[in-house]
Amino acid sequence: MENNQVREIIQDNIKKKNHFSDRIMPKVFLVMALISVFTTFGIVYTLIFDSIKFFSQVPIREVFSTNLSPLSRNPSFGFLPLLNGTFWTTLIAMLVAVPVGMAAAIYLSQFASPNLRKVLKPVLEVLAGIPTIVYGFFAYSFVTPLLMNLIPSLGAKNVLSPGIVMGIMIIPMVASLSEDAMNAVPTIMKEGAMGLGSTRLETTTKVVIPASISGIVSSIVLAVSRAIGETMIVTIASGSSKNFTFDITQSMQTMTAYIVEFTSGDAGSGTVGYYSLYAVGLILFVFTLGMNLIAQSIARKYREEY
Amino acid sequence: MNKKIKGPDRNKVNFNRNRINLRIGVNNFAKHLFSLSTVFAVVVLGVLLYQIVAGSIGWLDWQFLTSNLSIFPEKAGIKGAIIGTLYLMMIVIPVTLILGVTTAIYLEEYAKESRLQRFIKVNISNLASVPSVIFGLLGLTVFSRMLSLGSSILAGGLTMSLLVLPIVVVAAQEALRAVPGFLREASYGMGADKWTTIWRVVLPVSIPGILTGAILAISRAIGETAPLVVLGIPTLIMKIPTGIMDDFTVMPIQIYYWTLDTVLTPEYAYLASATIVVLLVTLFILNSVAIIIRNKFQKTF
Amino acid sequence: MKDLDLDKYITKYVYDVKGLNLWYGDNQALMDINMQVLENEITAIIGPSGCGKSTFIKTLNRMIENIPIVRTEGQILYNGRNIFSSKMKVEELRTRVGMVFQKPNPFPKSIFENVVYGPKIHGVKDKKILMEIAEHSLRGAALWDEVKDRLNDNAYGLSGGQQQRLCIARTMAVSPEVILMDEPTSALDPVATMRIEELMEDLKKEYTVIIVTHNMQQAARISDKTAFFLSGELIEFDKTNKIFANPSDKRTEDYITGRFG
Repeated sequence: MENNQVREIIQDNIKKKNHFSDRIMPKVFLVMALISVFTTFGIVYTLIFDSIKFFSQVPIREVFSTNLSPLSRNPSFGFLPLLNGTFWTTLIAMLVAVPVGMAAAIYLSQFASPNLRKVLKPVLEVLAGIPTIVYGFFAYSFVTPLLMNLIPSLGAKNVLSPGIVMGIMIIPMVASLSEDAMNAVPTIMKEGAMGLGSTRLETTTKVVIPASISGIVSSIVLAVSRAIGETMIVTIASGSSKNFTFDITQSMQTMTAYIVEFTSGDAGSGTVGYYSLYAVGLILFVFTLGMNLIAQSIARKYREEY
Repeated sequence: MNKKIKGPDRNKVNFNRNRINLRIGVNNFAKHLFSLSTVFAVVVLGVLLYQIVAGSIGWLDWQFLTSNLSIFPEKAGIKGAIIGTLYLMMIVIPVTLILGVTTAIYLEEYAKESRLQRFIKVNISNLASVPSVIFGLLGLTVFSRMLSLGSSILAGGLTMSLLVLPIVVVAAQEALRAVPGFLREASYGMGADKWTTIWRVVLPVSIPGILTGAILAISRAIGETAPLVVLGIPTLIMKIPTGIMDDFTVMPIQIYYWTLDTVLTPEYAYLASATIVVLLVTLFILNSVAIIIRNKFQKTF
Repeated sequence: MKDLDLDKYITKYVYDVKGLNLWYGDNQALMDINMQVLENEITAIIGPSGCGKSTFIKTLNRMIENIPIVRTEGQILYNGRNIFSSKMKVEELRTRVGMVFQKPNPFPKSIFENVVYGPKIHGVKDKKILMEIAEHSLRGAALWDEVKDRLNDNAYGLSGGQQQRLCIARTMAVSPEVILMDEPTSALDPVATMRIEELMEDLKKEYTVIIVTHNMQQAARISDKTAFFLSGELIEFDKTNKIFANPSDKRTEDYITGRFG
């Protein structure tokens, strides 16, 4: 075929071709992308809508009380025991995850040799990939009996055991986010400190950590958010006691466990009990969303321009 | 011969040897202290795996994998749970891939640097941090009740798809971004339009990355329990599901219910251990496949 | 010698490099380097890219060891003590031998905190003394007048040239004997470069300076001795006047006259 003929064929095709696909595809994709937005709206809508039904039937004063007995003859919906339970499990988890996670991050990014890092980082990644139900099982069937040997008064359902295991689960998250923050500090800055005769520890504490503090704090806030939203470990191992107590050797119920307990139980739809789930869900959502927004803004605002 | 070191009075800045030794000592001590954290992680992982594997010995066998559920521990098996998991993935994989990849294409190829793009991105990252129970509540309201799907596979699958959607979107975005500009330019240079370029040039190259993301999403979906519990998956299902509108159960749910009832029937702990082993092995295989895909097929430019 | 007290020395060389060989993994980067540096002189190290001059200067304060695959053979005697000896504490060496880097690298702290970082970690707590040290160092780096009213401002607010002089001040604050400079003006504009070159004459009075530079004219302007490196070898090392006017080795001559590099 001659060149001219080929060229004509191509020109003809281009003229004929309707840019139908090129015009419609972006719109198709836009619709798909908006589905994620609709999901968020769906979540917010359903939480708010059903919470309103709850709050219209339950006075605010009651919600702030410590009496939570949704299934009793005279039901009461005080949410404080749930907030309390979430608070203690989160606190214990943070007491485990933050020191160990930070130490691991510092060790891996500032002290360990590259070969050691190659071996140890996968261990952390495996820990991060274990499903939470497995951690729940581990907490209930191994950690709790172990702790009961050390603390005789420990209840079979308690807050200490799931708190510790939750902390273990969160260690990889704190470690890897903090490590990313510390690795973002330019090497030349570390060299400046070492050139002045600093030990590695001094370089880390006086230069690297102050320079990456916003990333580190942000990672801790994200970890707190994760702990607040965790469900299976606490459902299995910390039980469903609605007592308002500060005794971490006894059972408490978290917000997440409450939601699970109720939906696997007999809350008929349309009852106040049913709507209480959405109210608790709303509080949970607000907390976790708030933490995430705080974490993002911390990371943004105080980022050092290198 | 003593030489006087010049400079701002060095004797004011008292560099005595003891202090340097102390600082070096503190440094080495801290180094070992920090390393303990990684030792801790390794030990915990080891103990966890050992406990679970030890508990499953004698209970994890072919009969376990192919039997139905039963209230008698010796006869119970997870055939139903395995099939349920497979059915669930049959919904999750296509839904989340289609939604996730198209969203990523929109964000990366069509809507660069606009307020809409940033809005959607913020949305995705917020969705990624919503607790899984809340997805359960969403599924309960929308899929279970509004669309009357009850606690069927379809309801569970749709809920799970939304939960893992951000994972696929982020992975697909990275895969698309990694396609170098000169490939796209070559296509445009020949007169191709945008969609053709995406379909014929960009997507094929980014498939390994997208697959890796899909596998990560599946791994997450296989192990998630909370949203399904909230949807109301029943405790003991004897019937093996045959269609997506059927009731079902999955491995994590079985683990959950058996663990809860260990107080009544201690043998359930072994059944739970055995199921966990199956679950972990499945996840291990999945992740290995992802690593193989990444290493073998990822082209670096 | 049982003690590595670096305040006493018995030789006349500040640095005496003997048969230094260095490898990055399997690649040899420095080959049998022998060099002696006298005090209160400025020694320039020149050569084309990749000739090993940066590697060499980073060996003098053992900063090169931060790269894991590095291996060395040979001796470097600082004031008569081998810096590779196991008794040598690298932190102490670096208080004697300071380093200024190619790109200014102040810490994200205030100007004052940058300068007194060194004295602080080495134990100086008295605020009055720290202030004296800060003023002395900043004057020595010709930066005092420009920053004396804003010592608490963030160092990143300074211009590139000012930041580099801050880094010089920071190095001087630990009262080193030697200052190593790795292409200190290559990232700066000509005016800032000139100001730092003017500083060199004063630096020479109190310190021994070893400076790596890819700018031959700079070497000719400021240094007393010049070392020419090529492909990891020290080709020629002599008084600067001789190197530039009448080099002994043909390769030196080729480089200086611009035939390569």
